Amino acid sequence: MQTEQISIFIENKAGRLSDVTGILAETGINIRALAVADTSDFGVLRLIVNDNSKAEEALKNSGFTVRKTRVVAVKVDDNPGGLHRILDVLKTAGINVEYMYAFIQQSGDKAIMIFRFDQTEEAINILLDNGLTVIDGSTLSTL
Amino acid sequence: MIFDIEYETMPREALESIQLKRLQTVLSHVYATVPFYKKKLDDAGILPGDVKTLKDLQRIPFTTKQDLRDNYPFGMFAVPMANVVRIHASSGTTGQPTVVGYTARDIDTWAGLMARALSAAGATRGDIIHNAYGYGLFTGGLGVHYGAEKLGASVIPVSGGNTKRQAIIMRDFKPTILTATPSYTLHLAEAAEEMGISFKDLHFKAGIFGAEPWSENMREEIERKLNIDAIDIYGLSEVMGPGVSIECLEAKKGLHIFEDHFIPEIINPNTGDALPYGDTGELVFTTITKEAFPIIRYRTRDITTLNPEPCVCGRTHVRMNKVSGRTDDMLIIRGVNVFPSQIESVLMQVEGVEPHYQLLVDRKDNLDTLTVRVEINEKLFSDEVKQLQQLESKISKDIKETLGVSAKVKLAEPKSIARSEGKAARVIDNRKI
Repeated sequence: MQTEQISIFIENKAGRLSDVTGILAETGINIRALAVADTSDFGVLRLIVNDNSKAEEALKNSGFTVRKTRVVAVKVDDNPGGLHRILDVLKTAGINVEYMYAFIQQSGDKAIMIFRFDQTEEAINILLDNGLTVIDGSTLSTL
Repeated sequence: MIFDIEYETMPREALESIQLKRLQTVLSHVYATVPFYKKKLDDAGILPGDVKTLKDLQRIPFTTKQDLRDNYPFGMFAVPMANVVRIHASSGTTGQPTVVGYTARDIDTWAGLMARALSAAGATRGDIIHNAYGYGLFTGGLGVHYGAEKLGASVIPVSGGNTKRQAIIMRDFKPTILTATPSYTLHLAEAAEEMGISFKDLHFKAGIFGAEPWSENMREEIERKLNIDAIDIYGLSEVMGPGVSIECLEAKKGLHIFEDHFIPEIINPNTGDALPYGDTGELVFTTITKEAFPIIRYRTRDITTLNPEPCVCGRTHVRMNKVSGRTDDMLIIRGVNVFPSQIESVLMQVEGVEPHYQLLVDRKDNLDTLTVRVEINEKLFSDEVKQLQQLESKISKDIKETLGVSAKVKLAEPKSIARSEGKAARVIDNRKI
């Protein structure tokens, strides 16, 4: 039920982000979701793409430091309180969200959020127990 | 003011005759007491008695920083520890400092030379000296302190740091002579200004600045901002400490080396050949009066020239120009000696770090800053920013603890630091000195 995300280290300098997108474009990789966490010196670019292995290989060949990370994709009601309901369930269970970001596409009438938890398995179980929908990686890449 | 008229203005001929006599004495002394020197002279096939002229000194092998390290801590001492009354140490390259010792007579000699230096900068016994050189293992603070007392001046042993308190003391105690590193002085002036204390309203007439390289432009800036005469002082613990040479207030053009205690030479750093007056090369010192830690033909790694022209101040001692560079890759950052190899050894102790780094040195708001760029790799890389930041602060903390210098650590992309270009690429010094 997990999804794989690739994380890339990039220095904060002009044009670095476009170097990454350029490599992905040349390799024919489609970006499905993206988030950047940054400090004054560097950033970590997090991507969900349609072909992780191909993307990882292409980026590594170009000298980037790349890492795969396990994240969880959850369906969210696209109306007021939708995200809150999920976070509330997690809070009650005492599960910490390291970070999260939105998936670009919708699944039907639902939005999709990508979560990184400190306890991934436990989080998935809690979400399922509370009637929420977790999308696995292979499904996500077909959306 | 000349503190020691007899020796400081001695005609060259008489001075050189004293130098030779003292050189012969010190060579016999180290040959008899320091196994390192006995072996060096034996290997070179020269005995102390073979030195019959000052030129014969050139036949004696050099002493290097590495020799001092090899004899750590007390192997170079020429007297029993019972006769040593003081030990100082300078920061070393691989965590091993250079250790020096002084007898009671050495301390008295040093105080006398430092009193000469203070006098050359215009200090008299009526002056109050604000001594912001660090007190401790570093020779700066205590060296100036004893000289000031020898002169009979009033010395404020304020040491380094605590800038706000320094500004208040300067306002309230009305010191007239400032002794500090030039970069700290400008920092102090700015901090004081922010507190509403203007240096121009203070009572300083002169400042004695050293322990780090500084330019003529910086002199002008200090003189203008502080409304004082800025005098350059030179020294190194291996030779004695501060007070090896000093500029005179009258000329402010080159630093008089106290030649009745030290014999300077300029050599070609590549061949070791002695160079004539006026040529640029590496400065080499032989101490001829020290008892506990005499040093023979010590290679300072400082690049300068010697100027024998008579000086308007009346001193006959040769002048060295401001040091223009170093023959090795040592950096002086806020008065602390830093070798890239030291940073490297700190990095290598951090799990997963590879020795791909670069040092960026700059001077911001008159203070030296050190930035260490370290390449990331897959082992170190975490998806979480806070872990990467923890790595940066861990390296920064390790550098501070090991070297005593603050550094900002910046993670860099792999292969972003130039390879195979030798040492030069390791260090980018953007300071305008």
